[in-house]
Amino acid sequence: MGECSSGPFHWREGIMIHRSERAIPILMLLPSVLAIAIFVYGFISWTGYVSFTDWNTLVRTSHFIGFDNYKFLFQDFRFQSDLRNTLAFTVLFIGLTMLCGLFLARMVDSKIKGEALFRNIFIFPMALSFIVTGVVWQWVLNPTTGINLALKSMGVSNPPKWFTSTLIIPKLHLGLIDFGLPVAIIAVALAAVWQMSGFAMAMYLAGLRSISEDLRESARIDGATEKQVFRKIVLPQLKPISMSLIIILAHISLKIFDLIYAMTGPGAMFVTDVPGVYMFETTFRGNHYAQGSGIAMIMLLLVSLLIVPYLISSFRKERE
Amino acid sequence: MQTRSSTVFFKYLLLIALAALFLVPVYVIIVTSFKGLDEVTLDKMWHLPKGLDFAGYKEAYDKLLPNLRNSFLLAIPATALSALMGAMNGYVLSKWSFRGSNLLFALMLFGMFIPYQSVLIPLIQFMQQIELYNSIPGLVLVHVIYGLPICTLMFRNFYVGIPTEMLEAAKIDGTGFFGIFRRIMLPLSISGFVVVCIWQFTSVWNEFLFAVTLTTQKKQPIMVALQNLSGSQIVHWNVQMAGALLAALPTLLVYAFLSRYFVRGLLAGSIKG
Repeated sequence: MGECSSGPFHWREGIMIHRSERAIPILMLLPSVLAIAIFVYGFISWTGYVSFTDWNTLVRTSHFIGFDNYKFLFQDFRFQSDLRNTLAFTVLFIGLTMLCGLFLARMVDSKIKGEALFRNIFIFPMALSFIVTGVVWQWVLNPTTGINLALKSMGVSNPPKWFTSTLIIPKLHLGLIDFGLPVAIIAVALAAVWQMSGFAMAMYLAGLRSISEDLRESARIDGATEKQVFRKIVLPQLKPISMSLIIILAHISLKIFDLIYAMTGPGAMFVTDVPGVYMFETTFRGNHYAQGSGIAMIMLLLVSLLIVPYLISSFRKERE
Repeated sequence: MQTRSSTVFFKYLLLIALAALFLVPVYVIIVTSFKGLDEVTLDKMWHLPKGLDFAGYKEAYDKLLPNLRNSFLLAIPATALSALMGAMNGYVLSKWSFRGSNLLFALMLFGMFIPYQSVLIPLIQFMQQIELYNSIPGLVLVHVIYGLPICTLMFRNFYVGIPTEMLEAAKIDGTGFFGIFRRIMLPLSISGFVVVCIWQFTSVWNEFLFAVTLTTQKKQPIMVALQNLSGSQIVHWNVQMAGALLAALPTLLVYAFLSRYFVRGLLAGSIKG
């Protein structure tokens, strides 16, 4: 399924088709196209429209109020916290997942015995739901005991408070919030890294296997050390995979909802809140449909800034 | 020689340590789920259970059984339908492409990246209008539609690898659009179907946002029920962990028996999460 190619798309000419034969294939594609047109583009437009109205009560109202919902959000303590948390989570999650994935891939790829077993152990969390991960990690990282119990027995006298910490480092005043890395986010990011690093490993493993051994061997014969071979030959060849990974992980991280919802919720002072959780709560618990729509549109915008250029460049590349 | 064997030793030591680290949550789930009521205290959480106590499983099973059933009734039809539609779309887009079909494909693909929050409010209103809100068929419809982009992508990339000359020969012999699909494409795409079905089943089974917003109580799929179970203060940890394991079991079994295809799906669908 083309898993080793750098891009997701493959272009090749199809069958020669006569004009009279065009109708049936187009007709077969039509239901899907219509469904996507309505359920994706139609509904997005509708959400966009709602975000400009005053529908913030259970009963529907639709007075046009311009950008008021967006103005509210950007001056809102909770939403400002969400943006900070998303940034912190994204950086931690992408960085750690990729490092971990690359490291695991290198380990598994180094001609070891029981390779399949290790690979399976590292990938299996991908088969789990974020809900299961959240429920279990909430238990593992429970600050009163959990992993701290093990840390204490190893002599750590003041173990971290994990997701219950309200600490933010460094504490920089910005807008209404303290800007920095909320310590509680680290705990959530750890759970997400646990779940996704097997995926990064699988991607890198596919990449490593596609680098010819001859190339590495000839570099070694020329006197390159293992470190140099890795830096000068392997890493550059893995760059397209790293790029894809960044895009995939970043869009997961911008959309993240279920893991945090199941593991911590918004947290004290919203230290683990993210736009996905805020949108859900304000819309379905608070009946602030217009504000919820505003949050959803901001999430969509962030994801689009990432995905649209990626889609365009992938299509261009494969078309050549 | 001495240093070489010691680096090998350390490599295995490190790998085993990492594997153990990855399995910590699994240890916690299994150990806790088999504990009796008197043992599920926080200070004993790392201890092995005194004996195998199935009370947690029994309670979790009784509580979650209707929701497990819902999830099967949801995931199986949704998987079958998205795979079939994805195969047809992939066939058209790879072998019967027309002017503008690539653009159409790109516009479809965008649908798999969107945060579903951005369609949720109209979606709920729409489902209420067509009276499929709070029903399993309604959720099936939603998952089939939002699963179309990824399934189409996977089949399209799969079908591109089938030589066009073969289809052209069949066409000269008088086989039509459907004939080629049924007699050539489908038989050649068994492994494609396995990969897509595993992917789609896992995604639908594990999905939460649509499930929690489009269904209530009796119609809720397993993940929503599990979340409710774990959010409840009165449910004991052994029940929660047993519930988590029950909820994860179907996808874990799929992974255990078909991990090769699972990983292929991960990579093929790697532009999704």
